[in-house]
Amino acid sequence: MNREIAVVAFAQTDHRRTSEELSEVEMLMPVLHQVLAQTGLKTSDIGFTCSGSSDYLAGRAFSFTLALDGVGAWPPISESHVEMDGAWALYEAWTKLLTGDADTALVYSYGKSSPGPLRDVLTRQLDPYYLAPLWPDAVALAALQARALMDAGHTDEPALAAVAARSRGDAEANPHAQLRGPVPHGEYVVHPLRTGDCPPLGDGAAAVLLAAGERARELCERPAWIRGVDHRIEAHSLGVRDLTDSPSARLAAERAGAFERPVDTAELHAPFTSQEVVLRRALRLGDDVRVNPSGGALAANPVMAAGLIRVGEAAARIHRGDCDRALAHATSGPCLQQNLVAVLEGDPR
Amino acid sequence: MPDVLKAPLVVEFPFTRSLGPVQSAFLTGLRERVVLGVRTGDGRTLVPPVEYDPVTAQEIRDLVEVAPTGTVTTWAWNPAPRRDQPLATAFAWVLVRLDGADTALLHALDAPGPDAVRTGMRVRVRWAAERVGAITDIACFEPYHDAPAATAAAGAPRHDGVFDDPVTGITAAARLDYTYSPGRAQTGYLNALTEHRNVGERCPSCRKVYVPPRGACPTCGVATSEQVDVGPHGTVTTFCIVNIKAKNLDIDVPYVYAHIALDGADLALHGRIGGIPYDQVRMGLRVEPVWTPGARHPDHYRPTGEPDAHYDTYRELL
Repeated sequence: MNREIAVVAFAQTDHRRTSEELSEVEMLMPVLHQVLAQTGLKTSDIGFTCSGSSDYLAGRAFSFTLALDGVGAWPPISESHVEMDGAWALYEAWTKLLTGDADTALVYSYGKSSPGPLRDVLTRQLDPYYLAPLWPDAVALAALQARALMDAGHTDEPALAAVAARSRGDAEANPHAQLRGPVPHGEYVVHPLRTGDCPPLGDGAAAVLLAAGERARELCERPAWIRGVDHRIEAHSLGVRDLTDSPSARLAAERAGAFERPVDTAELHAPFTSQEVVLRRALRLGDDVRVNPSGGALAANPVMAAGLIRVGEAAARIHRGDCDRALAHATSGPCLQQNLVAVLEGDPR
Repeated sequence: MPDVLKAPLVVEFPFTRSLGPVQSAFLTGLRERVVLGVRTGDGRTLVPPVEYDPVTAQEIRDLVEVAPTGTVTTWAWNPAPRRDQPLATAFAWVLVRLDGADTALLHALDAPGPDAVRTGMRVRVRWAAERVGAITDIACFEPYHDAPAATAAAGAPRHDGVFDDPVTGITAAARLDYTYSPGRAQTGYLNALTEHRNVGERCPSCRKVYVPPRGACPTCGVATSEQVDVGPHGTVTTFCIVNIKAKNLDIDVPYVYAHIALDGADLALHGRIGGIPYDQVRMGLRVEPVWTPGARHPDHYRPTGEPDAHYDTYRELL
């Protein structure tokens, strides 16, 4: 079945170092209401709901079931959840709409990193036999990748600092960003990565509404049509991968149709400066492509939502008429292990 | 907004994991100071070894012995080790390709500083004094000044992977320390409990009162905000008789655990029923909370002596 599916609405919270005065559902609810308000839809109008989150972040078992309180899930709705970034929830919802089972879908994700030790928490996603017992944290693994890139001559410390400065500079135009404007590049967290090379730790949520065909045109003046989505994963053992490249991101982009025509904008989910270097090469993005006009994950990285926000930011630029064809990317796992690429387009103007 | 409530929350989970034959041989080998790799279909040697070929997904079982020496393929200097990491003082994370292997192993390198570490440097395994059959049997790597061992060129020798008393599983302990904060609605609820009051929140749309409040009406999907005092009396809507004594719980069995609809609430909460023989508890029984000094929650609920509530008054709350 060949259906056209579009992102018709996007909302995100202001991302902050802590949201301790709010529970997860209290943090999430406003963005759910915003995407419904943008389209005039009610919960009962939504055909499918899919969310992405991880209970490990805040240490709250089954937090995603409590988050459903904010959706209004009674009478029972058609619903699903992925223990992944919301971009993968969007993939599931997109597939659901492609089958024709639903015409609209609500996708949301949230992450509260502030209650826990995020660097340690993320080690629990690693190979439990050979890696997890060593507790190698996310910054350490990204630093190994950054060193490999420098050894290969693909980047150096000034180039990484420039990525950080450009991202936080662009984030000055993003009212939701957590880190914006001039930010000191700081000391080494794990050499060769400095604080400025790392994303801010914070809490946040995002929501996206998808609609199919004519329904999308009714709900949105300029829908962001999803031309393709694909996601690919690499071996879990870091030592078998070439950390300077991202064949999974490239293959996902190819399968999503990203290379069929040039994009004018790319929203890359690169939490570390060095990962933008890897992705630009793997995705063959030239200097004429506007990369992360939102400031990207270096400006706000609510874990589990930051990938969905890339899709939302790209779509919002198409909605506003600032972009005609965009690539949105989300990642998961250590050193860009898993990558999702979506290609979005606006109708010709 | 009153002060945000916070409490430490420790999540600890000792996962017990069984090992496949290749992992078992590898980890048992580490205990015996032997490093094993596995051959893939295309003739590469993977260290650390895996059970299935990363390219073809075929089961792979051909083990070889590689050297305890190798070459750093990339590194990162860790100036501030975290609690459970391999070394307590500053160290380098390294990927090391052991002599005879085609892939690299992640571990720590004990070195005096970042200036002493570079890609391509030679290192060797420093064995842990006590070894149990785990990746931490390698305490870390240390700098080593020598040419690559001859095995690198000749190919690693085969190994049958057989050891006395093989390790067949690992226990992976993990502890994560969180700071729990319950959010706006539950903070209000918990603060009221300190005054021995039960408060719920009313949905502005369907008017239902939720106790305890979670901040949202699960039916309407909107925020609840109007705080409503409920109880203190309530009605047992349904109950069960507990016959198995829970660990660390100082309550004699059998006892009754019940759903209790506090007066004014549209959702039943649960609590223990006391002050009445367990076999006399019934649906419709009117109860009130019993507080003990210093407790944040009622210890239990006991009969008020009022006539039983009529079924129709609580049928919607079952």
